[in-house]
Amino acid sequence: MPTMTTHDTSARVAPSNAPAPEVPRLHITDLGRDFTTRAGVTHAVSGIDLDIRVGEFVALIGRSGCGKTTLLRMIGGLLSPTTGTIEVDGRSLWRGAQVDPTAVTKLGFVFQESNLFPWFSVLDNIALPMKLRGVGKAERRARAADLAALVGLTGFEKSYPRELSGGMRQRAAIARALSTEPELLLMDEPFGALDALTRERMNLELQRIVLETNSTVVFVTHDIPEAVFLADRVVHMTPRPGRIRQILPAEFEKPRSVDLQTTVEFNEIVRKLRHDIDEEE
Amino acid sequence: MSRNRAIKLLPWIVTPSLIVLIVVAWQVIVTAFNVNPFIFPPPGEVWEAFVSLLTNERAWAATLTTVTEIITGFLIAMVVGVVVGVVLGKLQWLEVSLRPLIVISQVAPKVAFVPLFVIWFGFGLTSKVVLSALLAFFPIMLNVLLGVRSVEQGHREVMTSLNATRRQRFTQLEMRSLLPYLFAGMEVAIVLATIGAIVGEYLGGNNGLGNMVVAAMNSLDAAMTFALILWLSIIGLVLYLIVNELKRFFIPWHESVYGLRNTSA
Repeated sequence: MPTMTTHDTSARVAPSNAPAPEVPRLHITDLGRDFTTRAGVTHAVSGIDLDIRVGEFVALIGRSGCGKTTLLRMIGGLLSPTTGTIEVDGRSLWRGAQVDPTAVTKLGFVFQESNLFPWFSVLDNIALPMKLRGVGKAERRARAADLAALVGLTGFEKSYPRELSGGMRQRAAIARALSTEPELLLMDEPFGALDALTRERMNLELQRIVLETNSTVVFVTHDIPEAVFLADRVVHMTPRPGRIRQILPAEFEKPRSVDLQTTVEFNEIVRKLRHDIDEEE
Repeated sequence: MSRNRAIKLLPWIVTPSLIVLIVVAWQVIVTAFNVNPFIFPPPGEVWEAFVSLLTNERAWAATLTTVTEIITGFLIAMVVGVVVGVVLGKLQWLEVSLRPLIVISQVAPKVAFVPLFVIWFGFGLTSKVVLSALLAFFPIMLNVLLGVRSVEQGHREVMTSLNATRRQRFTQLEMRSLLPYLFAGMEVAIVLATIGAIVGEYLGGNNGLGNMVVAAMNSLDAAMTFALILWLSIIGLVLYLIVNELKRFFIPWHESVYGLRNTSA
């Protein structure tokens, strides 16, 4: 599809042509969201300013209720902000409560639940976003098969989601989100429902996939080591109202191996985050 | 593995054995208590009546009539039930305001309307088709209504994040997640459509298998009455199996189909 190709080239070419891109991939200013309940107005998220560069991996972390998921849903076009602006590649995502359809096409969303459609095979699930964009059947099947291979699902293309394990379902969900070559990949605790061992493996896989596709990622988690392991920067949020308390860089060389988690530098960041989060009580 | 196979074979062994057991018990009881064959004929007589029924051209004409009524009523119920179910499912205000009327019409004994249907639609096919459709309508409509409301929120959000149009939402998500509910409704509806057609024939007109049952009873032919009931049960079973087969074809991914196909113990 022509528009997809254009996005693709601009994303890949821009950094090399202009060493310091003027426009950040994601530009958030003074973002806020209120919820009105019977108890009154809750400021779920308030006064968020955040810029994310092309190719950067940013983790959002904090206690439950700190507004990290609310923030991600606003960036994902699922929830309209009460105040402030979100720009994706310089294009405003929200016009009031209405989402800009062109800006949304730049996003890929991975949910906590895989949310695969049970009536489609793995391949058809991965191909769904392309189907909605009118990509021809042969092309989308070929591309979906490539993506299945990328996320390690070769041999399971014809399976129904119910035949897969939780980890494999999330792999398929990631492939589905990547199928439109999004400028920005948004992940809402994608491995939160997986067991610890599967989760560790999925983190390595995700790192590999992100490096191979040169994706820009915003990743919500409540797991501190996971955040530090995956991210270039860890955004620590605090509740009532949901605000950014601090942003810690995690500048380790990529690809990172599991052994990184035993290094002093890694654990220093983890310890500081844990200490600061515990302090919030 | 062997246990798995045993479970699959189980109904093929149990069902014929039970049928044989029932027929034997029937024969024993009829002989032992010397029951009057006018009241309760022995299985042999019923079988003879059944064979004579299947070789009778009039019976086949009556079968064609009854099956036509059932299928026409069922198809009407399906079309109207799906449309009404989708509309009520989508427009909550309409469903809420019509809910009392829906409940009243659902619990009303619709069979009691047959004399009115005969007055309105005559003694022919139409009055039976109407009763058949009316009985089959409710399970389809109510299941479709439930199905429209039961689309998973997470699936909706996927479509939102993919910027899907209303049409795409319907064809890729809502319609497909509706199908298991529709088939659950259809399985109940085909049975009710059969009952509707036969009861309609009991009470008015001079055609169809229901009418033959009444005629057999009037001439005190208990064996033929039993044979007709057997024949009607077989027809009902075949229709049900057709719906069930359609379900397996259209929603192979669904628990109700998939679980049966891959019984793992």
